[in-house]
Amino acid sequence: MAVNRDSNAYTVLFAAGLVIVVGSILAYLAFSLAPAIAENMRLEKQQNILYAMGVNENVDEGSVNFVPTDKVADDFKKYIVDQLVIEGDKITSNKEAYLIDLKKEMTAAKNGAVQKLPLFIGEKKGKKFYIIPMYGVGLWDAIWGFVSLDDTLTVQGVFFDHKAETPGLGSNINQRYFMDDFTGETILKDGNFVGINVAKVNNDPKNNIKDDNEVDALAGATITGDGISAMIKKSLKLYRPYLESVKAKN
Amino acid sequence: MGILTKKDARLILDPLADDNPITIQVLGICSALAITAELMASIVMAISVLFVLGIGNVVISLMRNIIPSKIRIIVQLIVVATLVIIVDQVLKAFAYELSKTLSVFVGLIITNCIIMGRFEAFALANGPWRSFLDGIGNSLGYGVILIIVGFFRELLGSGTLFGHPVLGDAIEKTGLYATGYENNGFMILPPAALIVVGIIIWVQRSKNPALIEEN
Repeated sequence: MAVNRDSNAYTVLFAAGLVIVVGSILAYLAFSLAPAIAENMRLEKQQNILYAMGVNENVDEGSVNFVPTDKVADDFKKYIVDQLVIEGDKITSNKEAYLIDLKKEMTAAKNGAVQKLPLFIGEKKGKKFYIIPMYGVGLWDAIWGFVSLDDTLTVQGVFFDHKAETPGLGSNINQRYFMDDFTGETILKDGNFVGINVAKVNNDPKNNIKDDNEVDALAGATITGDGISAMIKKSLKLYRPYLESVKAKN
Repeated sequence: MGILTKKDARLILDPLADDNPITIQVLGICSALAITAELMASIVMAISVLFVLGIGNVVISLMRNIIPSKIRIIVQLIVVATLVIIVDQVLKAFAYELSKTLSVFVGLIITNCIIMGRFEAFALANGPWRSFLDGIGNSLGYGVILIIVGFFRELLGSGTLFGHPVLGDAIEKTGLYATGYENNGFMILPPAALIVVGIIIWVQRSKNPALIEEN
């Protein structure tokens, strides 16, 4: 059987065949795994939100330990007492607010639509937590996270994650030694909303000073750190009217 | 090596030393620079490449007689990209935590020149079993260098190994830091990997003069 492997016809046929085979395999795989992946992502979001308000299984100062996946749905119901969607002046309650896609909302806002802003209210041991989702850009791709504030707008905990920051450098934004520094920091300075700056030049590496609106940056991750600062600032700006009303109540 | 013939064993052992993909063939340098700031990341990358190169070499080897030579590079790219995406998707569905750790490596694996290099240089001309051994050997050779570089960069740059402090506390100034020792911030940056790889090449060539090229 002499097939001329150098002929154009063979080359085109081979390429077409390969694309069909590979395409079918990947499409089948993506289709059959999609529900499982979506469920994993939903639970992860619940874990992240709970983590930011301090509901997690962290022991001493080691690694990040979420509420286990089999418990997270129950804990989410228990600790998250309300989920709000802020649309301009309208505030509604929505049990599925945590599933709102921030990226889509941001694109919609750019095209003139009113951005839907989800906000979660948690309650633990009688204390209220206002948890704000954030979305921004790092060095290579998206970064996102949650910050929980109490009614004096002091940070009670944060959670950050990323899509593709450099392993070993920017990717460490989801490590305890970076995230823990935010706890206790305030987002206000003389009554203004200034957020929290990830500062490279920092005279307080032990992070003892909690009202300087600064945390120590990660070595070798300048752009990712700047991305975090910008993301916090941008998100707080969006939620500012609501947060001011929270503060005014006290 | 009972089950392997001498010739087969060389496929595994040569890339570990005298035909190392990084230090001798100087392939895969880009990923060796990018992800070796931590020991754990180096190990994860080494295992991922082991998996993809082992299977990829077999797939390419099985297809070697039907691939049109004009588009062979594209075919190789498709095979490696497909493999990596399959692994990524399956992990996302069944081992979500692990997939999160690995997701940043996906792009680096697809574009790793060692993988394309072995497809092109070996799998296209050899049978599946030998190609498999060649894939394992080369990825081990790659992994060994990655782990050595990761070890020194994490130890000297951050004072930790696998994230655990081994030299004392840099902020509280305990252990070695009490003597005035400081972490070398340069080791965390990618150029430091070039220096470590350079030292490994130096050591290797001074031990085995046969590797030194005549000018």
